[in-house]
Amino acid sequence: MNGVGIVSYGAYVPHFRITPDEIGKVWGVDGKAMGKGLMITSKSVPAPDEDTTTIAVEAARNMMKRCEVDPEEIGALYVGSESHPYAVKPTGTIVAEAIEAAPDLTVADFEFACKAGTAAIQTCMGLVGADMVKYAVAIGADTSQGAPGDALEYSASAGGAAFLIGREKVIASIDKTYSFTTDTPDFWRREGKVFPRHGGRFTGEPAYFKHVISGAKGLLEMTNTTPEDFTHAVFHQPNGKFPTRVAKQLGFVADQIRKGLLVSTIGNTYSGAVPLGLAGILDEANPGDRIFVVAYGSGAGSDAFDIKVTDEMARYRRDLAPTLTQITSNPKYLDYATYAKYKGKIVKRGD
Amino acid sequence: MATAPRFWRENPSRYNLVGFKCNACGRYHFPPRILCPQCRRKSVGKIEPVRLHGTGAIFSFTEIHEGTYEQDMNKPYIIAMVEMDEGAKITGQVIDCDACDLSIGTKVRTTLRKLSEEGSAGVIHYGYKFIPVCNGPEAPADK
Amino acid sequence: MRRVAVIGTGITEFGELWDSSFRKLGIDAGLAAVEDAKISAEQIDAMYVGNMSAGRFIRQEHVGALIADYSGLAKDHIPATRVEAAGASGGLALRQGFLAVASGLHDIVVVGGAEKMTDVSDMESSMIQSSAADQEWETELGATFPGLHALIATRHMHEHGTTREQLADVAVKNHRHGSLNPKAQFRREISRDVVLKSPVVAAPLRMFDCAPSSDGAAAVVLCPLESAKKYADVPVEIVGSGQASDSLALHHRKDICTMDATRVASDRALKMAGLSQKDVDVAEVHDNFTISEILAVEDLGFFAKGEGGEATEAGSTALEGDVAVNTSGGLKARGDPIGATGVAQAVEIVTQLRGIADKRQVKDADVGLAQNVGGTGATVVVHIFRRA
Repeated sequence: MNGVGIVSYGAYVPHFRITPDEIGKVWGVDGKAMGKGLMITSKSVPAPDEDTTTIAVEAARNMMKRCEVDPEEIGALYVGSESHPYAVKPTGTIVAEAIEAAPDLTVADFEFACKAGTAAIQTCMGLVGADMVKYAVAIGADTSQGAPGDALEYSASAGGAAFLIGREKVIASIDKTYSFTTDTPDFWRREGKVFPRHGGRFTGEPAYFKHVISGAKGLLEMTNTTPEDFTHAVFHQPNGKFPTRVAKQLGFVADQIRKGLLVSTIGNTYSGAVPLGLAGILDEANPGDRIFVVAYGSGAGSDAFDIKVTDEMARYRRDLAPTLTQITSNPKYLDYATYAKYKGKIVKRGD
Repeated sequence: MATAPRFWRENPSRYNLVGFKCNACGRYHFPPRILCPQCRRKSVGKIEPVRLHGTGAIFSFTEIHEGTYEQDMNKPYIIAMVEMDEGAKITGQVIDCDACDLSIGTKVRTTLRKLSEEGSAGVIHYGYKFIPVCNGPEAPADK
Repeated sequence: MRRVAVIGTGITEFGELWDSSFRKLGIDAGLAAVEDAKISAEQIDAMYVGNMSAGRFIRQEHVGALIADYSGLAKDHIPATRVEAAGASGGLALRQGFLAVASGLHDIVVVGGAEKMTDVSDMESSMIQSSAADQEWETELGATFPGLHALIATRHMHEHGTTREQLADVAVKNHRHGSLNPKAQFRREISRDVVLKSPVVAAPLRMFDCAPSSDGAAAVVLCPLESAKKYADVPVEIVGSGQASDSLALHHRKDICTMDATRVASDRALKMAGLSQKDVDVAEVHDNFTISEILAVEDLGFFAKGEGGEATEAGSTALEGDVAVNTSGGLKARGDPIGATGVAQAVEIVTQLRGIADKRQVKDADVGLAQNVGGTGATVVVHIFRRA
């Protein structure tokens, strides 16, 4: 698409983890079995002083470290999340200041459940493609909420990734994008409520699978390709089971989804999930690699992308910021009590 | 209680460690001042705002067990005085580590975190905190 | 410049004084000092009140006028001035009174200091105390007042080999002294073990390394030395007064193990007095934390830098030591009603030099010193006293 693509990227995942086993102990649930079913061995936990803003800032700063783009040349910045710290007041303004891109740019926060970050990428592609801005930043980040004792508690985690979209020194071109959208209430959080609600098994077939498969098929048709044409694939990963199954249904093999499948150790990072999976692939991708991406957001819709790693990747300084392997190495495991404290689930005094 | 404008005014330093270099004596200082505390009037017109690189070493530290309202849910937490690579010293929290991992001389880098909130309905204040370099995401490959 | 003497002292009990309001404390101490000096209200020319934070502790500013009013001095419309320099408010009020008399502007001046700390929660109290540090670049980043002193302690231990036990010995000694002072907040001895096993406040500092929150007030009456004999059998002269400032934030100091302001203020005071550290028999120093006393005895020149801990361990700062430090029990055991502390130090030194300190009397005490610190050392006031 007019040579628009990823100029730089950066990721961030909090330092702390908890295991399904540890969570299960509190609720009389066989957490190990639960984890096995979800294909999750641990999930990331934000520190008490972390939120979507700090995660977005850390990812964006890692993105800026890897390139020589003057932050003042960034004309747009969008943060996609379903856990913006403020209901009113943007996360993006703080990120823009923190990477010294302010004040000459447009900023907004996006929300579309778990695909707000990829919606931001599409918006950035449009702005850059239309020559409205030279560079644009798209971030997907979340500190996702799962009510105590709810099935979501075993997976809901935190993390995010940022992408600098432009036309110069593109390390991965985004050649096509396709979206599939319907009105499907599988998962929601009402204004003013702390925890989301979901439709249980309704989140599966009519929601995740229908939209991811339709999005994937739409893109394959649009690009006249088959799964074999792609080196890597990343699908939204609320757990390990869904993306593995959907990949198989579409005809992708395990090797293709391996590098982008982070959910088993860091959990479901919601708006951060596909952006992080894509970052994980870019950490190791070679020029010529073709990447198939499908994000899913409840409510519901999917965004699919056809991405190709360029020769510029060989010159790109990935080493100037930590890779996901480095970011996620040496985590600290928490017990449930500390986890509850970190997540603000302990009520200490009247506020 | 802090107020939004008081914090907002200091955002460049709180977010991006903007201090200054006194071009009369060549020293780096943090936070910004009108005058270099060493050169005083000789520094007029020679104060250059500078963003510190954000890395330094622990000069002294403590683990705080009795905190403030803002930090009440973070107890215990670590406070350090850090000597930045440019020479300026800064006080801030050290996070994502245990006090037993730290010693005088431990290398740290800054990151942006929540400093405090004006209650659950008020403004959130963000600013710099420190992370040990060897424990954090920027772990050198050989460690 | 006229020579100035202390002709009367007054002090309330220090502690959690639930029945006493700020104004009651102020009047009790002032009245006691005036009675001790045997003067009448009509003779008082001016009043200085040391107070750190009545605005936050009891939501009352304008406490100079308040104390003048409730002591009946508003009737004569005497000038009443509140003086604030955090923990050094009391010492600084004394200095203002000293300057007023020395200059010849006023003849009889009452200097008071008062703080009412227990009307707020412990946490609120510690937040108020932390405002003596740099609010924007220390406190709001999470540093507490004990935390900043812990940074000093950690560094002092690192650079000078001061031990955890030596810090404890400061508290043990001051509690022993406090046990001999009927006005002290804590009048019982403690062991090293009690300090070392008390809860951590800011590592390495524990609860028994920290001065308590206290209510209390103290006052002294000053007059020109030449007329002091009219009022007091044993007047005590203020022979030196020194004040110094330093950076507000600890991280801007040249060396956090040295309070330069203490060094400079004591040099200035001793120079004015024409005396040296060796002449000092008894000293009240600002032990708001145990590490603070270690720094004080070094920076006042009683011991070389790095030897304060050893000297304390060896008993050199005890009642019977080379220089008796904090015979009142210090801030640690006598209590630390912040604005009152600097004045309470003067009361103790005068009591010692008059020779009426009873069980805690330092033998043949002739020269005394009081060191009062604001913040982590951004303001220090030192006074030298001598039996007239």
